[in-house]
Amino acid sequence: MWAVAAGAIGYSSAQLTRGNDQRRVPLMGVLGAFVFAAQMINVAIPGTGSSGHLGGGLLLAILLGPHAALLAISSVLIVQALLFADGGLLALGCNIVNMGIIPAYLIYPFCFRPLAGSSPTVSRRSLAIMISALLALQSGALAVVLQTTLSGISALPFTAFVLLMQPIHLAVGLLEGAVTATVVRLVSDVRPELLATPDSVASTAGLPLRSLLVGFFVAALVIGGLGSLAASDKPDGLEWAIRQVAGSAELANPRHGLHQVLAKVQEQLALLPDYGFRQATAPLPVAGPSPEHWGTSLAGLVGGGITVLLLSVGALLLGRGRGNP
Amino acid sequence: MSNPIVSADQLSFSYPDGTVALRSVSFVIYPGESVGVIGANGAGKSTLLQQLNGVLSPTSGQVQIGDIPVTSATLQEVRRSVGMVFQQPDDQLFMPTVYDDVAFGPLNLGITGQALEQCVFQALDAVSARHLAVKPPYRLSAGEKKRVAIATVLAMHSSVLVMDEPTAGLDPCGRREIMQLLSAFDQTRIITSHDLDMVAQVCSRVLLLHEGEIRADGAPGDILRNTALLAGCRLELPLSLQACCICGR
Amino acid sequence: MNSGIIFGSLLDLRQLDLLASGDSTIHRLDARFKLLAAFGFILTVVSFDRYALSSLLPFFFVPLAICAMAGLPVWLVARKALLVLPFALLVGAADPLFDHTVQLQLGAVGISGGWLSFISIVLRALLSAVAAILLVAVTGVPAIGAALARFGVPQPLVTQLLFMYRYLFVLAEEAARASQARALRSIGRRGMGPGPFAAMIAHLLLCSWERAERVHQAMLARGFTGQFHSSQHYRFGLRELAALLLFAGGCLLLRLVNLPQLVGKAALGLIQGVV
Repeated sequence: MWAVAAGAIGYSSAQLTRGNDQRRVPLMGVLGAFVFAAQMINVAIPGTGSSGHLGGGLLLAILLGPHAALLAISSVLIVQALLFADGGLLALGCNIVNMGIIPAYLIYPFCFRPLAGSSPTVSRRSLAIMISALLALQSGALAVVLQTTLSGISALPFTAFVLLMQPIHLAVGLLEGAVTATVVRLVSDVRPELLATPDSVASTAGLPLRSLLVGFFVAALVIGGLGSLAASDKPDGLEWAIRQVAGSAELANPRHGLHQVLAKVQEQLALLPDYGFRQATAPLPVAGPSPEHWGTSLAGLVGGGITVLLLSVGALLLGRGRGNP
Repeated sequence: MSNPIVSADQLSFSYPDGTVALRSVSFVIYPGESVGVIGANGAGKSTLLQQLNGVLSPTSGQVQIGDIPVTSATLQEVRRSVGMVFQQPDDQLFMPTVYDDVAFGPLNLGITGQALEQCVFQALDAVSARHLAVKPPYRLSAGEKKRVAIATVLAMHSSVLVMDEPTAGLDPCGRREIMQLLSAFDQTRIITSHDLDMVAQVCSRVLLLHEGEIRADGAPGDILRNTALLAGCRLELPLSLQACCICGR
Repeated sequence: MNSGIIFGSLLDLRQLDLLASGDSTIHRLDARFKLLAAFGFILTVVSFDRYALSSLLPFFFVPLAICAMAGLPVWLVARKALLVLPFALLVGAADPLFDHTVQLQLGAVGISGGWLSFISIVLRALLSAVAAILLVAVTGVPAIGAALARFGVPQPLVTQLLFMYRYLFVLAEEAARASQARALRSIGRRGMGPGPFAAMIAHLLLCSWERAERVHQAMLARGFTGQFHSSQHYRFGLRELAALLLFAGGCLLLRLVNLPQLVGKAALGLIQGVV
C-alpha cells in the first residue's frame, strides 16, 4: 500500500507542477484544513462506541481536480496519523489508497464526471454526487476487505466480512453524499467558476488512463496484502524481543493462537480508514490470556507511580523556574 | 522626459461573473512621481492596482512596468520591481515575527545571511519600526502593522511602491506618520485613497476613476478643487478645502 | 463553539511559532535531525502493544528534558498537548465496553484490558501530540518544510502541508468570527438547525478561501514561488549524528525495557529487605 500511495503522490505532484497552477494552492490549503477540522468534529460524535467520519475525498476531487485532491487528502491523513498515534500511521498507505486514490482517480473520473456531464443542473449534479459517494464508500470497504483477506490475517471468511462491511458503509455513503452535495451546491451558488475543471482528468498523456488505473488497483491489492502482512508482523516481532530481553515469565496462553488472530482482525478493522468504523483498539470479548503475573504487574504499578512522581516534580520545577506564561 | 516606469495601454478587465471593472484605461507614469488614484467604491481602483503586479491579467490591453510587459512569463521580474501594500495588513503579515515577515521577500529573492539582516533592518529603520522586530505581527496596533507592511515591501527594493488605502483605519497620529513616510520616499508611488486631504498633500498627480474609466488625470490642485467633477464621481472636496462647518467660511 | 476558547487555542499555536525563533542548543540543531527524532519518537510510541502502560511513562521525560534544554514554557506545551485529550478519550472510550478480559489482578480487584488499552491510547495520543508540538516549537514550520523537501518529499505535498497548517489559523479565526456573529444575533434560541448550519459551513469555507487567496497573493507579490525558505542555515554535522544516535538508542532502550517495572521491582525488593 505504501508503495502505491507514494507512487500516486509522486504522480499527482508531478502533474501539479507541470500544470503550475498556483491559483489552486490557497484553496487546497483551506480545503485541507477544512476537511481536517470536519473529520475531527465527526470523531466527537460517538455512536455505538465507534464514530462516523466524513471522508472528503470526493468533495476535494470535485472542487480541486483529482491531483490536487489526492495531495490534500494525503496531507490531512498524514497529519492525523502523526498526531493521534492510534495506529493510523501503520495504515497510512492503505488509508491514502482507500480515501484518496479511489475517490480521486477512480470514482471521480469514471463515475462522477460521466454522470454529471459538462454543465449539469443542480439536481443532476447532486444525484451524481450521491451515486458517486455510495460507490466510493462501497469500493473503499471492498478494498479494505480485499486488503485484509489477501494479507492473510483475516479470520473471517470473505463473504462474511463483506456482508458485515457493506451495509454499514451504505449508511456512511449516504451521509457523505448528502454532505458533499450540499457543500458543492452552496459553493457553486457563490463561486461557480470553481467547479469548471475539465482539464486535469483527460490530460494524462501517454498510457490510456483506464489501463493505468486498473494496473494501479491490482498492484495496490497485491502489494497491499504483502504490506499489511509486514505491518502486522512487526509488533509480534517486538513483543518477542521484549520477552527475550526483559525475561519476564509471562504465562503461556493456550488459546494464544486464536486470540492473536482475532486481535489482528480487530486491529485491521481498527486501522480502517474513516468509513464509519473507527475503533482504535477494541478486541472482541474472548476468554483471553490469563491475568498478568502478579509480581510483574505490581512492580509495574509501583515503578509507574514513582515515574509519575518524578515527572510531576520535574514539571513543577521547570514551570516554577520559568514562571507561568 | 525619462522613460515611463508604469504605462497602461487600453487596459480593460472584466471579472468572471461579467462585471466590467476597467474600460480602456490608459496612462503613463514617470519615475519618482507620486500618483494618487481616487474614485468612489467600486470605481475600479483596487482592480487597477492588481493589474500592476500581475495578480490580475487584463481582458484586453496591456500594462508595462518599465520595458517589461506584465505577462505570466514576466511575473517574477515584475514583482521584483513593483511592491504592493494591501489594504488589510493582516493579509500581508503572516509570519511568526516581524523580522520574518520583512525577511520573506528578500529570502525569496535569494538574499541570505548578513546581507539579509542588513536589508531587513534597513527597511525597518526606514519606517521607524526596528524595535518591533521580534514581536509577532498580530500583536501590533493598526498603525504599527501598516508601517511593518510597508517595510516588507521596502525590503525588496522595489522601484515602484503601490499602496491600497494606506491611511484607512488609522488614528490621526498614525495617519500623520504614514503621510510623512510617503512624502519622504523617492520611489515612484501609486496610492489609492478615499482620504483626499492626504492625496492633496502627498501626491503630485491625481488619476480620477469612475466606473472603470479615467475621468481626469492631472495636478491635484486642479482636480481636487473641481466640485462638479468630483460630485459627478461620487466624491467631495477635501475637507481642508470645504467651508468651515461652524462658521461657514 | 465558544469563540473565546477558539481564540485562546489559536493564539497558542502562533505562540509555538514564536518559540521557534528562540536560541538554544536544540534550536541550533539541524532541522532534519529534529524531524527524524520526532518521527522516530512517535513511531516508537505507536509500536507498543495494546496494554502498555508503565512502559510508556518514561517517554514523558523526553519532552521535559527538551523543554528544559530549549527554554520552552512547560505549561504552554502541556496545555497544547491536552487539546488532543477529548479526541483521544472518545476514540478509546469503546474499549472498556468491549474488552472485559481481566489483565491485571490487584488482590480482589480485576482490571479489564479495556481500561488498560483506554489509558494506553490516551497516553500515546498525548506523547504523539507533545512530540509534534515540540517539533514545531524548536524548529518552526518553514524549516520543517525545507527539511521535508530535502528528504525527497515532493514539493507540492510539502507546500500543501505547510499551507494547511497556516490556513488552520485562518479557518479558526473565521469560525470564531462567524460563531460570534451568530451568537449575537440569535437571542435566546440555542443551537441551530441543519439548514443554517450548512449555510454557515459553506460561508466559513468561502470566507476562509477568500482570505487565503489574499494571503497567497500577498505571498506571490513578494516573490513566493512555492518553496518556503528559512532564514536559519542548517548543517547536518557530527553534532547532529551524535544526537541522533543518542536519541535513537534511548528510544530503543525504553521500548525494549520496561524501566518503571524494574524500578518498581527494585523498590519492592528494598521494602521486603527492610521489612
